[in-house]
Amino acid sequence: MQSNNSYTKKDLPLDLRNLGFTLLVGGIILGVIAFFLDETRAIFNYLLSFVFIVSIVVGCLFLVALEYVAGADWSTPIRRVSEFISSFIPLLVILVIPLLFSMHDLFHWTHEEAVEGDKILQGKSPYLNIEFFIIRTVLFFVIWNLFYFIIIRNSRKQDKTGDQSLTKKNIIYSAIFIPLFTITITFFSIDWMMSLEPHWFSTIFGVYFFAGSVVGALAAVTLATVLLKEKGYLHPKMVDDHYYSLGALLFAFINFWGYIAFSQYLLIWYANLPEETFWFLARWEGGWIFMSIFLIIIHFVVPYSLLLSQPAKMDPKRLKFVSIWILFAHLIDLYWLIMPQMHSEKSGYFYTILEFAFPIAAIGGLILVFFFNSKKQNLVPVGDPKLDRGLNFRL
Amino acid sequence: MNRSDKKYGVAALFNSPDDIIKAAKKVTEEGYTKYDVHTPYPVHGMDKAMRLKPSKLGFITLTFGLAGAAVALLFMFWAMSIYYPMIIGGKPFFALPAFIPVTFEVTVLLATLSTVIGMITFFFKYPDQKHPLHDTDYMKKVSVDKFGICIEVDDPLFNEEKVKELFKGLPFESIQTIFHPAEEKHTVLEPKFLGFLAAVAIVVSFGTYVALNKILYTVPFDWMMEQPRVDAQSKSEFFTDGFGMRTSVEGTIARGFIPYEFKGMNEPTVPLSNPLKPTKEVFELGKKKYLSFCSPCHGNYGDGDSRLGENFPKPPSLHSAKAREWQDGNLYHIIVNGQNVMPSYETQLTRDERWAIVHHIRALQKAKNASEQEIQLVKKESLENAK
Repeated sequence: MQSNNSYTKKDLPLDLRNLGFTLLVGGIILGVIAFFLDETRAIFNYLLSFVFIVSIVVGCLFLVALEYVAGADWSTPIRRVSEFISSFIPLLVILVIPLLFSMHDLFHWTHEEAVEGDKILQGKSPYLNIEFFIIRTVLFFVIWNLFYFIIIRNSRKQDKTGDQSLTKKNIIYSAIFIPLFTITITFFSIDWMMSLEPHWFSTIFGVYFFAGSVVGALAAVTLATVLLKEKGYLHPKMVDDHYYSLGALLFAFINFWGYIAFSQYLLIWYANLPEETFWFLARWEGGWIFMSIFLIIIHFVVPYSLLLSQPAKMDPKRLKFVSIWILFAHLIDLYWLIMPQMHSEKSGYFYTILEFAFPIAAIGGLILVFFFNSKKQNLVPVGDPKLDRGLNFRL
Repeated sequence: MNRSDKKYGVAALFNSPDDIIKAAKKVTEEGYTKYDVHTPYPVHGMDKAMRLKPSKLGFITLTFGLAGAAVALLFMFWAMSIYYPMIIGGKPFFALPAFIPVTFEVTVLLATLSTVIGMITFFFKYPDQKHPLHDTDYMKKVSVDKFGICIEVDDPLFNEEKVKELFKGLPFESIQTIFHPAEEKHTVLEPKFLGFLAAVAIVVSFGTYVALNKILYTVPFDWMMEQPRVDAQSKSEFFTDGFGMRTSVEGTIARGFIPYEFKGMNEPTVPLSNPLKPTKEVFELGKKKYLSFCSPCHGNYGDGDSRLGENFPKPPSLHSAKAREWQDGNLYHIIVNGQNVMPSYETQLTRDERWAIVHHIRALQKAKNASEQEIQLVKKESLENAK
């Protein structure tokens, strides 16, 4: 039985590489066009795509760490999927450079003349100043990259050696990484999204971004897992029961996101203080009101209803649909957070369409990174001692 | 427990979860339907081995969860927006975000309670707590360290020999036949039970008496009786001026109250028109208020025939040419401001009541000075209405 059902590595089709390449190049070309047509919009759009990628790839590293810390074995056969997605982390260092050069366009608090005449911004300037901002950003990337290289290297080494002590080491590194992850992702969201409106503050903002980030990462992992399993690239002994935990986690974090999003709204609505409400009021004006209501429906109501029943959490077709849906919803969520802070003179449907440019490139980039990683590495961690138990996981 | 000689089923015990999964698969494959598996803890993969369909319990949870959400929302809507609307924190009467946490709690409460109660009543058949497997050696073992499977006699394929053969083909530990328990009779009115009831009644009555009449008057439960509060008509020790009741801040305007802008002037500088439509209700209100506040001096019909006799200066008639030519606004102005000896009625009458009185005075003037033609017309109309 063991011999018939063991894993043999298959390479992913070249079509996938071509798809990723096309999306990446197409997105970049569109992005460059957008840059020349409307610079401010293009830069905000780039920021949106950047935050989208960070939330998914760092979220995936968190999922890997979570598996080690929790001692979960159901996810061991699919851990490589999260690992491959998180291998985008080193590339983030390159992606952030254009943003650092256009901070003046993005952040109001970098305008010296604005800070001079503004008591609130002066009070915040010990935190919100360019030098400290760059130091923090560098620190985030150092922490993420460090743990990425340690955890993933150990995991890959185990494929060849089968050394069980590597799992033990990774448990310790993961336990250190998880609190660092929550702190870095919180401050990352405060720096790169909340400070777009430097007069506003919300203490739950970091948790909100964390919830969205884990939802996005889980959706990406679920989508990749279902597609790979259907085409037979994963271990043949995997059964639909493995999907159940993915579906259940997705469902749980959709709920968590809704809970946090509502908590943020409820407190601000209840206190009704002008220094807090204006952020929501800006999202309640003009066309944004539709977006705000739309967000509740597509990010919470629809996926919640689709994943409510137990069979739905195991149904590959349903999961494929829901995870694509959620990735889209997550992008919309970030769009809703970032874009109302953009003040571009040029508006209209033509410019709105250009906003798809960088997200398309981001998806293409993620596919390419996944493809090239899968070429060198096994899609199943064959040396992991938990693999057998993980494969025998049944509900 | 005593056992009758009526068979319930044949049961086999196994030593490991793998064996019981194998046994469950085998029994299902043979086509048995009325059987059950008992294990000391949930065994993964059992649902599939027994080919169980997903439980229907989820539908009870869903139904009651939705019912909970609906009940909570509707109740709060009725209570806070319709029956007893109160403004809290400047929020609208139907403050949906504030209702969400309560709705969530009630949804969760009803969903979980209905799940547990539904499980106990529909699936465990609650009032009937006499399952034949209770108190058997089999049940004692499967709730400690053995894994058991029991095929019931009621199964259409049941044949004791065949079932035993089937079990013997598996790595079993022991096989046994289980009998229904012997019938037991309980009478409700046993002296022991009645005595127990009486004891409970006495203890509860005594406890209630002591709690309500003694304990409530001891420290700290009597703290609510001695509060640092201001009683009506008593001196305040907190405020330096000694007043317990505070007056509102200068310039305070009551909710729904519009100050009269020509107060203290001789007459309104802008002509005012009566904002009330001359409906039946308005006339009734005007008549009632006129009779209460105006008629003592002006007379029931506005003739100035004071009921107070000679004790008080008589006001001029409201039917004089001067009074009839006044605009509505002038009448209103006098009610608010007063004139000569007449005091202001601003505090006694609300804005709507004053305007209703103006309507009533107009009606009186019309009636008193009607032409013969108009009187005939009214008579004719009232005759027609009588028919």
